[in-house]
Amino acid sequence: MKRILSWAAIAVGVVYFFLPLVGMLEFSLKMRRGEYSLDAYRSVMGDPQFQATFGYSVLMACLTIVFGVLVVVPTVFWVRLKLPRLRPFMEFITLLPLVIPPIVIVFGYIRLFNTSSWLPLTGSALGTDFLLMCGYAVLALPYMYRAVDTGLAAIDLRTLTEAAQSLGAGWITVLARVILPNVLVAVLSGAFLTFAIVIGEYVFAALLDRPAFGPYLVWAGGNKAYEPAALAVMTFALTWACMMLIQLATKFSKHTRMPH
Amino acid sequence: MRSSRLWRALPWNGLGILPFLLFALLFLLLPTANIVAGAFVDDAGGFTLQNIFNLATPEIINAFWLSIRLSFTSALIGCALGFAIALAVVLGGLPRWLRGIVMTFSGVTSNFAGVPLAFAYVATLGRVGFVTLLLRDWFGVNIYALGFNMISFWGLVAAYVFFQIPLMVLIITPAIDGLKREWREAAEVLGATGGQYWRMVALPVLGPSLLGTLALLFANAFGAVATAIALTGSLLSIAPILLFNQIRGDVLQDPHLGYALAFGMIVITGISNGVYVVMRTRAERWIK
Repeated sequence: MKRILSWAAIAVGVVYFFLPLVGMLEFSLKMRRGEYSLDAYRSVMGDPQFQATFGYSVLMACLTIVFGVLVVVPTVFWVRLKLPRLRPFMEFITLLPLVIPPIVIVFGYIRLFNTSSWLPLTGSALGTDFLLMCGYAVLALPYMYRAVDTGLAAIDLRTLTEAAQSLGAGWITVLARVILPNVLVAVLSGAFLTFAIVIGEYVFAALLDRPAFGPYLVWAGGNKAYEPAALAVMTFALTWACMMLIQLATKFSKHTRMPH
Repeated sequence: MRSSRLWRALPWNGLGILPFLLFALLFLLLPTANIVAGAFVDDAGGFTLQNIFNLATPEIINAFWLSIRLSFTSALIGCALGFAIALAVVLGGLPRWLRGIVMTFSGVTSNFAGVPLAFAYVATLGRVGFVTLLLRDWFGVNIYALGFNMISFWGLVAAYVFFQIPLMVLIITPAIDGLKREWREAAEVLGATGGQYWRMVALPVLGPSLLGTLALLFANAFGAVATAIALTGSLLSIAPILLFNQIRGDVLQDPHLGYALAFGMIVITGISNGVYVVMRTRAERWIK
């Protein structure tokens, strides 16, 4: 009885989740009349707008990851080593991006960094790109911070740091050559998740008026028939790849960890 | 002698997190504070509550009410179905490999929100969508003749549930894992039936987790914009879309009303996240 109910719950889930996925896959193949073809994908790939916006978003995602790692890793390290009393405070700050709706944060950017403000970031394309990157780093902060914090919890921070210092390493060396390699898996998990968040993000890019993949998706949705489904399939595959890479990284780390 | 004691007593350690604090201040705290402050300021720069009172127009109240109903309904359905799936995977006596698949799949689909989700949805239930045609050709049911509309309350609920269920599965599974076998055995030794165990032991223990996750799913749906915009072309007047249009072109014809609208959204997501945090603290009393 219990097992039948369980299978029923799984079946409902499978139907609910596979129908849209199968639906978008089937629809994306229907561009040519009467037979299945990859025409929609070819049309998407050949669109210069797609290439430009997708490239822009990939670049943004990579910059966000680098920036996020540079901000988060030293901070978590320092808090765990020297300021453990601040941990609840840090938890609170890093949870805020989940509490404040992204649309409100970007609204604040537009008010705070407009052309007549003290820091007119939105005045130039490069400045807006920087602002967008910072916004994405804020969106990814809860995940990145937690991933790195968990990673650092698993290693003996103090001993490692003191050992490196007694061998003459400075703070930069400690961070880059001792701490970072030890939490690489955690950083990678955070990085792939950041990538999945940034790549299709819409609200920040649209309201800051940057040529990112998210606004292109919305534009395609309003102007094309079969291409949106193809784009959805590609995005789904990309998200899947990111999650798989996280699992792979975690598994990899379990195999390489020395038995205590 | 320089007062080296004072020198050392200064919070030098705090310098280590200065870059982070600067980043959080500039790109998270100040922008938000700026919006909140704007909600309580009039054109002359003086303090006022008028902007908040001005929110009481039928348009804005309807937008908030629709958003709240939409978020709550999708959170409730997501909670129920997600809980059922998590229970099935953890306690249902299903093969072990299924759990790994369900968890991975939940990780993917909970991140597959926004615009692509809307596309998948249109390709499935749109006028020439996969399921629409399937129902028409195989069963002779034309859902559009029956009055189905994607750009409607239930249309959006169905789309939102798609990312609510996996989030529920991801959050509630560890809580179900925390139910100790001893509790069940103790209940059975004392003569409890399965139903009594669930009603008097398991559900009270899981209660805070369930309520907390419901609040989190609510906030998650309330702040979501992209799916709704891609699906409805910013036609459906829910609170985040109204704010989106306001930021784009001051549709309310009063910038301060826009700040008040944003402030209202923060209050609602803030309360529901507060409920989540309180409930999680409660849940941790039992489940470690």
